[in-house]
Amino acid sequence: MKIIVAIKQVPARDSQLRVDGAGKWIETSGLSFEINEPDAYALEAALQLKEKNSGEVVALCAGPAAASQTIREALAKGADRAIHIEDDNLNDLDTLAISRLLSKAAAAENPDLILTGLQSDDLGYGQTGVVIAELLGMPHATLIMEVETKDASIRVKRELEDGWFQHVELPLPAVLTIQSGISKLRYATLMGIKKAKSKEVKRLTAADLGIALRPTLTIDRVYAPVKTKQTQILDGSAKEAAAKLVEKLKFEVRVL
Amino acid sequence: MSGILVITEQKNRMSMETVAAGQQLGAALNLPVSVAIVGVSGSGEFADKKLDQIYELDDPLLQTYTPDGYTAALEQLIRLKRPQYVLLPHTYQVRDFAPKLATRFDQVLVSDVVDFRAAGSTVVMVRQLFQGKLNADVKFGGIAPFFASLQAGAFRAENAVAGDTPATVQSVPVELDAAKIRSRPEAPFREALRAVDLTAASIIVSVGRGIREKENIPMVEELARAMGAELAASRPICDSGWLPMERQVGSSGQTVAPKVYLAIGISGAIQHLVGMKGAKTIVAINKDANAPIFEVADYGIVGDLFEVVPALIEEVKKAKG
Repeated sequence: MKIIVAIKQVPARDSQLRVDGAGKWIETSGLSFEINEPDAYALEAALQLKEKNSGEVVALCAGPAAASQTIREALAKGADRAIHIEDDNLNDLDTLAISRLLSKAAAAENPDLILTGLQSDDLGYGQTGVVIAELLGMPHATLIMEVETKDASIRVKRELEDGWFQHVELPLPAVLTIQSGISKLRYATLMGIKKAKSKEVKRLTAADLGIALRPTLTIDRVYAPVKTKQTQILDGSAKEAAAKLVEKLKFEVRVL
Repeated sequence: MSGILVITEQKNRMSMETVAAGQQLGAALNLPVSVAIVGVSGSGEFADKKLDQIYELDDPLLQTYTPDGYTAALEQLIRLKRPQYVLLPHTYQVRDFAPKLATRFDQVLVSDVVDFRAAGSTVVMVRQLFQGKLNADVKFGGIAPFFASLQAGAFRAENAVAGDTPATVQSVPVELDAAKIRSRPEAPFREALRAVDLTAASIIVSVGRGIREKENIPMVEELARAMGAELAASRPICDSGWLPMERQVGSSGQTVAPKVYLAIGISGAIQHLVGMKGAKTIVAINKDANAPIFEVADYGIVGDLFEVVPALIEEVKKAKG
């Protein structure tokens, strides 16, 4: 079974974000980056499927040169090789433009399965997997918790709202977006890190793929959200703040 | 026609929120609003609303949701009626098919929209970036229809305006081919009955990623006990097995509206906020002053929860005598 995992590099979760000078994106200098957490779960699911059924896991990433760090980490965790669609100007693109790049590169590999995270932690459109499936004419399922492989199909467990689940059977090849938190993420071993250095990373550009980098949507302005609620910040030492809060809960909210 | 089409989802209250949003956008742009109902007949709750048309897409192949079936049916409706804007509620089901539908029109769904502004004929959609830390104004491009899905609670269902006369109900026949519906869904199920009913609690103490380790959970348990509160958690805590799933608050867990919701080490991702923002008083304890939880909090303590929580336990015990 050949599995492609589409991964994205995003600013680290705890980053303090500042809007850039043009007000169109964030200031990226000085930030540290990491694999988009939902994609880490997609990678984990792919590695587990490979361990069960054998085959190959190919990491696919569109991003700037610096994304090679995230690609190396995926290889160190166990991906067999990688494809890096390298371009420094992908931030301006929307889901459709990025999905065109990813699906063109993926199609050349004839995969049985394409996995990705349910959404990115930066743009958060939550659509890349579904759009790739449509562009490649493959069936898809989203928010997947478990994957059971059969001969020419898979049976997956999908999360619905409000604590409900559903099993769905799909013919292969197919695209799945993986729910976060469904398994424990592995760490790269020392051996894995060593091996990653010799694994193949194929570099492509948008021009190689014959895809024009043209977005449909444009981000007009990025800004801090306007607060809808007036928050009373209770300051002082931990003890002082705690005492103030108890005071509020007792005399204003009247619950203690 | 060049109006606004609202695609509704059965038995989901976000559908009416989307109707209200559609009416607001329609009023701003002077466009008529129509509603599509998929998989059932009967105009139901929308019959008395101020709408131009109600389209019923009823076909045996739409009775069970599949992305292939819904996309094919709605593509036909949109090609036939040619709306300028297509609005949908941002439900799990919409997230499953709407990106596919928009792609059929070379368009991109602007997902999880929290607000919009219309000036003249220009519409700007407001959505969140970086898990709610920043907002972005997004402009549509290319050729209509323009697609947007709306975040739960961003628009109010009770603002949906009633019409003077009932809307015209139109049954729209769609051509569907069973062979082209590739996924085979089975019946939905629940894992286990919920033993914990968080919705009945008047005080909830809820814990998130900030707690770092399972070994630290008892500290929060002690605070809950001292306050006479139910203990709850955000998704990562339940995913890690540190607390049972039945204590999870958020879009995939329970929706609660207690008198007090005390969020400890919870950053406030939207999936969590939709489950608790109806609480009467929200208290947030978090080390990051920019965490989105402070946007909904009435009281906030910016600090290390490992110092604040023990101090709070002590103060609560003192106050309760």
